[in-house]
Amino acid sequence: MRLSELPKGASAVVERVEDAHADDAIAQRLRDLGFVAGEPVRLVARGPLGADPLLIQIGSTRFALRRAEAARVRVRAPEAA
Amino acid sequence: MSAGTLRIALVGNPNCGKTALFNQLTGGRQKVANYAGVTVERKEGRFTAPSGRVLQLLDLPGTYSFDAASPDERITRDVLEGNYPGEAPPDLIVCVADATNLRLHLRFVLEVQRLGRPVVLALNMMDAARRRGIAIDVPELSRRLGLPVVETVAVRREGVRSLVAQVDGEIPVAAPAQPDDAAARADLHAQVRELLAATVRMPRATDARDDALDRWALHPVCGLAILAAVMFLVFQAVYSVGKPMTDAIADGFDWLGAQVAAWMPAGPLQSLVTDGIFGGLGTVLGFLPEILVLFFFILVLEESGYLPRAAFLLDRLMVAVGLTGRSFIPLLSSFACAIPGIMGTRSITDPRDRLATILVAPLMTCSARLPVYALLIGAFIPTRRVLGVFNLQGVVLFALYAAGILGAMAVGFVMKRIRRDRSEHALLMELPSYRLPKPRDVAIGLWERGMVFLKRLTGVILALTVLMWFISTFPSPPAGASGPAIEYSIAGYMGRALQHIFAPLGFNWQISLSLIPAFAARETAVAALATVYAVGGDAGAGGLSHALAANFPLASALSLLVWFAFAPQCMSTLAVIRRETASWRNVAISFGYMFALAYAASFVTYQIAWRLA
Repeated sequence: MRLSELPKGASAVVERVEDAHADDAIAQRLRDLGFVAGEPVRLVARGPLGADPLLIQIGSTRFALRRAEAARVRVRAPEAA
Repeated sequence: MSAGTLRIALVGNPNCGKTALFNQLTGGRQKVANYAGVTVERKEGRFTAPSGRVLQLLDLPGTYSFDAASPDERITRDVLEGNYPGEAPPDLIVCVADATNLRLHLRFVLEVQRLGRPVVLALNMMDAARRRGIAIDVPELSRRLGLPVVETVAVRREGVRSLVAQVDGEIPVAAPAQPDDAAARADLHAQVRELLAATVRMPRATDARDDALDRWALHPVCGLAILAAVMFLVFQAVYSVGKPMTDAIADGFDWLGAQVAAWMPAGPLQSLVTDGIFGGLGTVLGFLPEILVLFFFILVLEESGYLPRAAFLLDRLMVAVGLTGRSFIPLLSSFACAIPGIMGTRSITDPRDRLATILVAPLMTCSARLPVYALLIGAFIPTRRVLGVFNLQGVVLFALYAAGILGAMAVGFVMKRIRRDRSEHALLMELPSYRLPKPRDVAIGLWERGMVFLKRLTGVILALTVLMWFISTFPSPPAGASGPAIEYSIAGYMGRALQHIFAPLGFNWQISLSLIPAFAARETAVAALATVYAVGGDAGAGGLSHALAANFPLASALSLLVWFAFAPQCMSTLAVIRRETASWRNVAISFGYMFALAYAASFVTYQIAWRLA
């Protein structure tokens, strides 16, 4: 599943960040911000227009990601959910 | 310790409270400049430690990592490594981390440590961490990192004492520099997890207060309603506090000019003093109250953490027209005046998005257009009811505002299509914890903005104002001339020359002439028209309205209104574009596209209105 497909309020665990193209600076930035394997995330809120951008909680930080950015993040359901 | 200056660089993630710490340490003793050729701010301050040693503090831009190619991050890295030309390498790096957000911030600490320079870690916002029940084993963290770790509370005086004591003491030994590659970077997260597991206990990941506030502030309906209310308040304040002060300053300088003039013999010198220098100063300083009022709100919204929320709510809308959620506040400010709007684009981190915002900002209907709109609408548009409820004059005014917004959307959309850089630019915006803005930080921010405006722009704008005065005054009318003096001046000749260009828009030479002073400040077009139509100041706007209605047709008036909606006006705006983008090319692009847009729109308006009439 992609992070952009997560329903509102749902939690998940990051599997990996995929490059949308070669040398994807945005994917690298996502990894630098902590979107790495095993990290728990939660979709906190969605923007009022077209449900974009998405507000993602990772650790103690909340990041606003556009759908195209969130789509780079592969997630899976948390264990013992 | 011996005397001598110690150079300290402050680094940290955005929202780590680094600037508040900087303000607390240095007080008002700061120097703000730009790094050469880029618009990244360079902030430096100094203070004297208890030992008597002078500590020179450099506040580097907030960065998440050293990887991305943004100009701030490159500069931060180059300065820390001592590779930035003209910048001596720091003797000590103080890395600031938010104690409530260590998972994110510690990673950057590790990255800084890999540079192989002496580092002290300041665990900031310890008060908030304690309030949320976050327990940090500081000695253990220090041991594992191999760095001195100091707890700070940037907003309190005693909250930085231990940091001062630390940096004033022995410089810690640097860890050896380590190569920076992808494998090592991935490893940093694992190290952070290990550190956190060993040293930090957190009852819950987020602040309950933030969660509660965000439920309202980011709600699809309530959030937009709150945003509308906040914006309404800001606007009201600009008009009810800023505008009267602006008018008072202009009147004050007029009065001063008149007082000085009374001591001088009549002649060109007197005219230079009253109309050129005092009139010009009144115009320039008149911008100041509106700038300060707007920036007061922008700073409060920024410090409180609300600004990124507003950007979150509006991002989708702004992306559709080639901008970003962060463009919204600067564009809204531009309805008061494009100058603070353009200065406010500094909160847009992406350079391409920032430039796009700067280019469309002058299309927002600023308050200086209102006197011109009021005059022309009053003179040419009848007070008729439309659809039973609306006043036709009001409808026209609304249409002009709408034209500005639609024009900006169209320009943004076109820019998005034609620009060379079509790559995806990320939002990736952190929504920080809500914080109560500290008066000290707001005051220092306001002082900086005010000084930037006064120091960098007053000279340019004043020089241009005096030039304007010169061309509208010289040469003096020949003896026995009957027309108003400006008709015989350089501006008069230019007006007649310009008429050839503007004739297809339905402008006569008087209108063309009034466009010259309007370039200095739009509202002066009214005074210029009054002068050429030789209506005395006593007759007031009513007299001028009659003179205009008698002298040119409705089609020309409509065309002129449209011109004012789009024209590349006011040189102060162009000067601030030059200052904020450090590029004449952007000034030329801005002037060029607005001229073309205004010309085309006025041409169409005039030709259609002329045929219908």
